[in-house]
Amino acid sequence: MDGTKRFGVRASMNTVLRPYTSEEMMTIGAARKFRDRSICFVGVGLPSAAACVARQLHSPNITLVYESGAIGSKPTTVPLSIADPELAETAEFIVSVPEIFAYWLQGGRVDTGVLGTAQVDRFGNLNTTVIGDYRSPKIRLPGAGGAPHIAANAREIVVIVRHNPKTFVSRLDFVTTPRCEGRTTVVTDLGILESEPASGELILTSRHFGISVDQIREATGWPLNVADDLCETAVPTDEELGALRFLTDRTEIGKTALPASKHNRIAAA
Amino acid sequence: MVQLPTLREAIAQFVHDGDRVALEGFSHLVPFAAGHEIIRQQRRNLTLIRLSADVIYDQMIGMGCAKKLIFSWAGNPGFGLLHRFRDAVETGWPRPLEFEEYTHASLAVAFAAGAARLPFGIVRGDPRHDVFKHTPALAPMACPFTGENVTAVRAVHPDVTIIHAQRADKDGNVQLWGIVGIQKEAVLAAKKVIVTVEELCDRLEPLPNGIVIPSWVISSIVHAPGGARPSYVHGYYQRDTQFYGEWDAIARDRDRFLQWMEQNVLECVPA
Repeated sequence: MDGTKRFGVRASMNTVLRPYTSEEMMTIGAARKFRDRSICFVGVGLPSAAACVARQLHSPNITLVYESGAIGSKPTTVPLSIADPELAETAEFIVSVPEIFAYWLQGGRVDTGVLGTAQVDRFGNLNTTVIGDYRSPKIRLPGAGGAPHIAANAREIVVIVRHNPKTFVSRLDFVTTPRCEGRTTVVTDLGILESEPASGELILTSRHFGISVDQIREATGWPLNVADDLCETAVPTDEELGALRFLTDRTEIGKTALPASKHNRIAAA
Repeated sequence: MVQLPTLREAIAQFVHDGDRVALEGFSHLVPFAAGHEIIRQQRRNLTLIRLSADVIYDQMIGMGCAKKLIFSWAGNPGFGLLHRFRDAVETGWPRPLEFEEYTHASLAVAFAAGAARLPFGIVRGDPRHDVFKHTPALAPMACPFTGENVTAVRAVHPDVTIIHAQRADKDGNVQLWGIVGIQKEAVLAAKKVIVTVEELCDRLEPLPNGIVIPSWVISSIVHAPGGARPSYVHGYYQRDTQFYGEWDAIARDRDRFLQWMEQNVLECVPA
């Protein structure tokens, strides 16, 4: 299933067709996992998009922490890099890279880490390093970045990733990020998996509207266990879709227009 | 006042074949102009060091400057993978690339230990992950006071660190602000330091959160306006996001890459 597949949904009492993409469902599903007033260490891309939606809607007092050292940023576009000007300009404060990892992350001050990945296994270990052999890889990926220390030091992590057998594998090609000892939640374009407290195993706890358990099993490279109380994920509300699209539309503009903003020249300069 | 050479003179004097070179900048203040000058002067067998290796390192690797990369992340921010880096690692083009790989937190600690002239630094945690298996500069150790498992990270000492900053005063002190990354540690860990700056001014106005690097730890300052383009300089110019998107297509193809470098780097004379 690709990100452009659209679902028509009956909204509330009225028969309103409200199309959304599977990628929007995934991002909004992740946004719902943020809790207000929590401290969240977020990566770029969909994790940032989900965090921005959460901050606009149900978690206005969330604190976003970026590995570039920006703390308390309030971006109104989806940042393209962890050191975007927008993150610096809207930050409550900015610290150096050694400080962000030493005092703020390893110091135990982060509640939730939000990550993407190239591969995830049954127990929530992640690979962002290579596909194939480490020294002669088939595909060389970016590597660890901040992820291993985020998963090791945050109380819980949320992983946002597309669901397919190449990504949901029984054995990782490389363990970049060992699983978080706290809860791991994996939000995909098909459903939501959560780690079982005792074993750490990822269990399917919710399937998205229009997606069957069989479909999800086929997209998973291990024998997937399903929770007894499996839910159906609530479809995105108009409010959620509006918030996400407002953000991504502004980001698309940013990708092509490159405004040379006047206010960017700081007063002290 | 420290001397103010041209970029060509500074690179010729301080960057030599086989050196360990760190061009730092965390998406902000990336010293592109200096990297391009290294490419023009055809330096070879460099060990490039950087936390977030991005497009400038992709260009240097693709042009054959590097024999080794020491890094903790290698990608095109916002757009995915680095194709010249991939080509070097996956197929050895234009030459095989050795690499030594860290996590951001551990390479940050390696720079901080280097700045402090300590033999190693520590990060929290028991090395369970595969990065540690392949990187000899990371080793498990027990805290001598509590017995807690931590990871020792060997200090890193570049022969040369190169950064780009907003401005320098007439005495050669440098000021940078906004996202300041790992630049201060990378400067203080190095044997020699080159700083390119946007602007020269009589004196540095104090700035909240601004970092000052004093003239007496800097080997050479170069006035290079626009020296961080296509990355950005807080307070001066925006990131050219469109270029980063275009780079993905340029770098995918060897011929297109070489042609782009010829037209946009090799044939350009530095200001």
